[in-house]
Amino acid sequence: MNHFIDLTLNGLAAGAVYAALALSLVIIYQATRVINFAQPALALIAVYIAYTVTQATGNYWLGFAAALVTGLVLGAATERILIRPVHGTSPLNAVIVTLGLLLVLQGAAGMIWSNEPHSFPYPLDFRGRFSPSDIFALASVGVAALLLFGLYRATPLGLRMRAAAFHPEAARLTGVRVGLMLMTGWAIASVIGALAGMLATPPFVYPNVLDAVFIFGITAAVVGGLENPFGALVGGLLIGVSLSYVSGYAGPELTTLAALAILVVVLSVRPDGLFTRPTARKV
Amino acid sequence: MVSLEHSEAAAAGTPRRGRGSRALADRWRALPVLARNLLAAAAALLGIFLLTSVTSPITDLHIASVGYYMLAVAGLQLLIGFSGQISLGHGAFMFIGAYTMALLVLHQPMLPLWLNMAATVVVSCVAGVLVGAATARLHGPYLAGATLALAVGLPSLTVRFPELLGGNNGLSITTRGAPPALSGLITNSQWHAVVVWLTTLIGLVILATISSGRMGRRMRAIRDDEAAAALAGIPVGRTKVIAFVISAGCGGLAGASHTYLLGTATPSSFALTLSLSLLAALVLGGLGSLWGALWGAIALVYFELWGTELAHSLDLSTNVANNVPIVLFGVLLILIVLIWPQGLHGMVRRLGALVRRRG
Repeated sequence: MNHFIDLTLNGLAAGAVYAALALSLVIIYQATRVINFAQPALALIAVYIAYTVTQATGNYWLGFAAALVTGLVLGAATERILIRPVHGTSPLNAVIVTLGLLLVLQGAAGMIWSNEPHSFPYPLDFRGRFSPSDIFALASVGVAALLLFGLYRATPLGLRMRAAAFHPEAARLTGVRVGLMLMTGWAIASVIGALAGMLATPPFVYPNVLDAVFIFGITAAVVGGLENPFGALVGGLLIGVSLSYVSGYAGPELTTLAALAILVVVLSVRPDGLFTRPTARKV
Repeated sequence: MVSLEHSEAAAAGTPRRGRGSRALADRWRALPVLARNLLAAAAALLGIFLLTSVTSPITDLHIASVGYYMLAVAGLQLLIGFSGQISLGHGAFMFIGAYTMALLVLHQPMLPLWLNMAATVVVSCVAGVLVGAATARLHGPYLAGATLALAVGLPSLTVRFPELLGGNNGLSITTRGAPPALSGLITNSQWHAVVVWLTTLIGLVILATISSGRMGRRMRAIRDDEAAAALAGIPVGRTKVIAFVISAGCGGLAGASHTYLLGTATPSSFALTLSLSLLAALVLGGLGSLWGALWGAIALVYFELWGTELAHSLDLSTNVANNVPIVLFGVLLILIVLIWPQGLHGMVRRLGALVRRRG
């Protein structure tokens, strides 16, 4: 029973990270109908910047702030430079561009910081059951989700962003700068991605460190439904806890396959995810 | 809709000038598609044989690598370019093929090579049916996510079952070289290249014949408008699963060729990078034509080589040098999509059109 509680708590902490990544994917998908496969690489660069800043100043929280700022800048730049030119063309183009960016950034990270792992600090004490680090992970993702909810529901900026995503032409007619709003969406998403990266990376940072986490993040987003931020959060926690059980009772090598199994089972019952309402299609 | 050239033979340099050659071209076009494809494949195999008889063993190895990559990319072309389903996990089927081949050679050493290859195709097709049926209702990003998880998850099985699958070190096998009767005529490396290309060409003939026939038209109809295709009476789900299975079979066969050629099957060769590289090669070569698979496969093999050579010649530090190929590949992918979305095949076709107009 003790083991079970341990696994559940660990799963919740890991699930918070997957939920954050899923959230960042869903925000971008809602805004531009693109799955951002470069998300782990954007977060990776942010984490490496944090590593460098922490090394230079000796202060973890300065590095943490640097990571979030890096995420913001990288997300905005990606949308403006790479995604806007392929907007409205075949969806495959956006997939390819983000995959290309993934390769470039991972390669660049290896060039600058080498492919060897460097040790990377935890934000707080990480020992024991439900350590301060785990609580920090859950709390920071929760706060980020609440802020995001407030932004989208209660501020004029959020309203403009929703309008730009929902009906670009009508939004443009009422004076919303649609391009700027989409760019803001990418920037916010990538800040959350950077947060997930900071939480998922310790104890070591190397160019492929976030690949597996990203797989779980995308699984969570797809299970929750790509249209629904709430679904992403629930999906993340669900995946985190389920995989923790699989890893604890059946072996850690099977987690990715278990994620795939959950994905297939959920999607064969609900092809658009748990929390997406089916929409009518016009033929 | 993009205009497509699906028959290998259609663009295989048929003569276009002079009365005699025009009659010949007409007779060529009058042949059934399958016969044309078989003739073109035989010509290509002869070409490979002649080419490898003048090249060094290491170049033979590269030529053979282009062969099996081409088969995998061509299978992906059928899935993505023709039927419009995005798979990010095609390396998983190469993994299945490679390990099936290695296990067959290790545990049933008496079986002939062709039977091993055939068994590999069956196994990977069965895997394709399972995955395809499970994912048939998924579309676009959902399918991409599922196949991505497959590509990352499957190789970790080797660590789970180390006695059977050899853990992280993988399996190694020894393959026989050229048969003794031909030993004076053909070197071992040349024999390997010819065997790999024979496998690839058989696969390509099947792919080309399917894609220019009714099944190919159905796939393209689904790609262009799924709802309209369903209204026109095309069984959408079944056609999608068939495309998935054929493409899985090609991937498996390519994996088997990989094991046959290199003598090893290790989980690290089938990491996510492989799946992404296959997709990259497809886009680079050009979507919508099997010829694109050839250019893509050549690019895949030679970019890696040139990237490494370039890094060494510039005397870069190892950190930088190790990552040059991957960065080059990524930059090229982005540039291709932004500047030249038709890929290399689009470029080749436009050049061909220019030459023809002059002539």
